[in-house]
Amino acid sequence: MKARAFSYFHARTIEEALDAHARSGDEARFIAGGQSLVPALALRLQAPRLLIDISPIEDLRGVERQGEWLRIGALTRHCEMLTNPLIAEHAPLLRAAAPFVAHPAIRNRGTLGGSVALADPSSEFPAVVLALDAEIEIAGPGGRRRVRADDFFIDLFETALAPGELLVAVHVPLFRSNQRIAFDELARRRGDYALVGCGILASVENELIEDISIAFFSVGNVPTRARTAESVLAGSRLDTARIAAAQAALDADLAPDDSDDVPAAMRLHLARVVLGRLLGRIGDAA
Amino acid sequence: MSSGSVTFSDIDEPDETVRVRLVVNGRKTACDVAPRDTLVDCLRNQLELTGTHAGCEMGACGACLVQLDGRAVHACLMFAVQAEGARVDTIEGLSESGAIADLQAEFHRRNALQCGFCTPGMLISAHELLSNVVRPSREAIRDALSGNFCRCTGYEAIVDAVATVAEARAAMVPQAVEGTPR
Repeated sequence: MKARAFSYFHARTIEEALDAHARSGDEARFIAGGQSLVPALALRLQAPRLLIDISPIEDLRGVERQGEWLRIGALTRHCEMLTNPLIAEHAPLLRAAAPFVAHPAIRNRGTLGGSVALADPSSEFPAVVLALDAEIEIAGPGGRRRVRADDFFIDLFETALAPGELLVAVHVPLFRSNQRIAFDELARRRGDYALVGCGILASVENELIEDISIAFFSVGNVPTRARTAESVLAGSRLDTARIAAAQAALDADLAPDDSDDVPAAMRLHLARVVLGRLLGRIGDAA
Repeated sequence: MSSGSVTFSDIDEPDETVRVRLVVNGRKTACDVAPRDTLVDCLRNQLELTGTHAGCEMGACGACLVQLDGRAVHACLMFAVQAEGARVDTIEGLSESGAIADLQAEFHRRNALQCGFCTPGMLISAHELLSNVVRPSREAIRDALSGNFCRCTGYEAIVDAVATVAEARAAMVPQAVEGTPR
């Protein structure tokens, strides 16, 4: 249960971090909060030759409004989602999801950038980022780029990040007064990996759903938008019949695999249960 | 290619001993560690602060919690080199300062421990909760302790102890409102 020996480098700038990675011959890993990476090293699921500590890098910090977007630096810790006033005002779905992320001590260290870059399919924040239509800012040897969340999560633990690229920030469109959010998950124990979870962002006009984005996690290899259910709901009132139709539509959206302890049919059933509860809450708030 | 300026002398080699400077329990301390040495191993093996327990060593059991710059973290989930310049408070420091004397007394009175392995971590989680929230509900106490495993007590006595201390502390703060942050 000890990590294999590695070299260690404290990077002070993004350029230093990228340079150190480039020189490692793809044998390096970036470390920030380390709440997923350190267990993976202890279990020797990973054994990089070099750890590049990015936590001193100022450009990866901070939460600020930039025009119609909220820029959340990669090093923003999970616990800050619960306390930062800009996140509460402009990205409340992140705040709603944060209490479900692991346990308090993990949330004191873990970072948003780390969670999104790892893209664990049972993690809360990747699904939230997807529901929010956020954009991921990436720095690499070729310069900076922004990738839509929709294009970021590719497959199991696979993202648009190329080896040696660094996640710099998550940009979230500002929350609007006609929008509603809801988030919930089902887990066997508090803080445990979710059996299924879901985050919703909906725009409501005159009690009608103008636009809705529904993202599930723990239902497959990547966080998944429920686009058929979304289209069932768009333009309609959230009454019992319409919610039931959206729940039924999940058959077309989600195709969970059977796992040892959770049959696919059970997971799909639980996804319908969660969706029903969340749409009920959005309807009450509308 | 970027114009970084990393030279080999900036990188700590795997077998190199690195000097890490910390403030542990209020005292300036320097430790010589390898990059892969975890903070919990550094505290226990070099500083002989064995109140911080190494349990699962993968962040699941909560026995290794310490305060890093005032916040509860797993000492098994960080390498000592990451703690350079940080303030670390262990169960020994919190105990000697008297900051958690009421929690310790109530754990004792309620039999909220048996073997005691989980107790340092439980106390650090409980201390963080009570430092942030006045009169937390039992549900909130359970949530705050959800990352701390106890294989002896069944948790009920631990929740009782924390709830009792929360009530006693709140009684000393007349304007305290239930469940609100301090």
